[in-house]
Amino acid sequence: MSRIKDTFTKLKNENAKALVGFITAGDPDMEGSLAVVSEMFNNGLDILELGIPFSDPTADGDVIQRSSARSLKAGANLSKILQMTAALRENYNQPIIIFSYLNPIYRFGYERFIKEALEAGADGLLAVDMPHEESEDFKSIRDKHSSAEDFALIKLAAPTTDEARLETICKAGEGFIYMINRVGITGTGGLDPESVAAHAGQIKQHTKLPVCMGFGVSSPEDAEKIAFAGDGVVVGSLFEKTIENNLDKGKDFYSKAVGKKVKELKIPLQ
Amino acid sequence: MNNNYNYPDSRGHFGQFGGMYVGETLMPAILELDEARKKYMQNESFKSELSELLKKYVGRPSPLYFASHLSEYAGGANIYLKREDLVHTGAHKINNTMGQGLLAKYMNKRKLIAETGAGQHGVATATVAALLGMECKVFMGREDIKRQKPNVDRMRLMGAEVIQVDGGTGTLKDAMNAALRYWTTAVEDTFYVIGTVAGPHPYPILVRDFQKVIGEEAREQMLEDTGKLPDSIVACIGGGSNAMGIFYPFLADDNIELVGVEAAGRGIETGEHAASLTHGSVGILHGSKSYVLQDEYGQISEAYSVSAGLDYPGVGPEHAILKEISRAKYETITDSEAMDAFCLLSEKEGIIPALESSHAISYAVKYAAELGRGKNMLVNLSGRGDKDLTSAISILGM
Repeated sequence: MSRIKDTFTKLKNENAKALVGFITAGDPDMEGSLAVVSEMFNNGLDILELGIPFSDPTADGDVIQRSSARSLKAGANLSKILQMTAALRENYNQPIIIFSYLNPIYRFGYERFIKEALEAGADGLLAVDMPHEESEDFKSIRDKHSSAEDFALIKLAAPTTDEARLETICKAGEGFIYMINRVGITGTGGLDPESVAAHAGQIKQHTKLPVCMGFGVSSPEDAEKIAFAGDGVVVGSLFEKTIENNLDKGKDFYSKAVGKKVKELKIPLQ
Repeated sequence: MNNNYNYPDSRGHFGQFGGMYVGETLMPAILELDEARKKYMQNESFKSELSELLKKYVGRPSPLYFASHLSEYAGGANIYLKREDLVHTGAHKINNTMGQGLLAKYMNKRKLIAETGAGQHGVATATVAALLGMECKVFMGREDIKRQKPNVDRMRLMGAEVIQVDGGTGTLKDAMNAALRYWTTAVEDTFYVIGTVAGPHPYPILVRDFQKVIGEEAREQMLEDTGKLPDSIVACIGGGSNAMGIFYPFLADDNIELVGVEAAGRGIETGEHAASLTHGSVGILHGSKSYVLQDEYGQISEAYSVSAGLDYPGVGPEHAILKEISRAKYETITDSEAMDAFCLLSEKEGIIPALESSHAISYAVKYAAELGRGKNMLVNLSGRGDKDLTSAISILGM
């Protein structure tokens, strides 16, 4: 059974687009993070990208960098985050993609990671700094224990990716294609709906997989402007900013505030 | 070349090490760089332009100097110094930045960025940018800006923008993170000049190929001055570029011992060190797989050394394979041993070495007796110590 596939099929039947939400697991602490994600699911989040904090997040902007630092300071690690995944799985059936820089996964051990992630109920991995060229080691271990249906290795496509490379990436794609909306790091503005739509169209020529568009989506208006071009919209820094701005008000407040953002973002996608 | 040594493969793997671990946005840029490297480094016009610049502008070949007083003091092998401290800007870093700057020019890129720890790579990049009429931004950690003020002034004087990085401990690792972030934003028209044999493929071999001029010259000079090749070659290691530069042309000479010296900082046992190869573990950082300082969950630890150029928690992947196949050995020297060597070379030979190079000098002096009289040891004096005077004098209480 593929939770990712089922989710996109269901959304397609409803003529809706997926809201994919990124959150740094363990921010500001494990308990708070569990509350945040629960609120996100309760308010209609379709797919969760559960971020593993890393000390050196070079593809991310300040907001996610700070969220990683808070999470690490509070003692988060991959073991605890997989336990959190298992806890979420008791109550929710939405796909959970582990989103990470590669080193925490490598250090944990690819084999151990795959086994424990499957056991916890995770549905895939998106490793930011594992391009297609370096994914073979991981994929061969995944193949030993699971299939792309059950544990997808999500590939990224960037605006800098040329046609030939795009074809290779799309051919090897699993689950969905994560399309980077613009050249840059996470959490900065500058969304150009026309180029996003053109890029999504280009990707769709090479694959039947759903295309989810991330980077630079910071409001329901942004989501509305680009949603038509793909199958889902990824939002991350906005949720982390919401947590950060409301830390002093406590877990109930910031988790509900994030849930409210999810609800607002869902409207233009339905 | 040694028959067993056929690294790296076409995608930059040195056995299990190396590779291209970067985000998709940067992948096309490093693939383009790899193509440009293959194309231009064999191109006659590129080669002759670079060679002319190295000769007339950088001041190559750098001399080989027999340090007779130091050798006498050490009481064993003869110590020869490859004087990279005498090249323009005062460190070996210029060999690589001149090469990469010229490559950028051939690729029609007019904007250079760089990260720097001790400032020497920043100064060398700013120098080349000024020479070639390019824009230059240098990312430098807050602490290093304080420790290396003269180099910050030099970069600014040559028209480079020095961007202070406040994240982490404000040192080289944080500067590299910031440079990678910036590059991700500006990749379409910006050339990232990496300062060491680390980073994603093709940087480790690109930098090595621009630095191997050190070893090639030293080889000829040793033969000319002593009639034979050295018995042992010693160089300090942060990321490892000066060491790869001097080691590489000798890799096939199995009888020549290669020794890399890492920073043991306040002592390995204190945890405050930068000895990734000797006390780190295999991990993936800044685009390649190599030895890194990290915790059990793969979070990168902060490195520490009195020398700003060595406090980096990773090391070039080619050193990792040289360690694995036992072609090179790697040792450590503490801050205080390096400070002693800093004073010793100044007093015995009238040469003030960079704190980085002082690590190599310290090991050489310790090891000379063991290697024995009649043997020749070649030490890479990778840079001069002017930039370190303020901090060294304060540590020495002078």
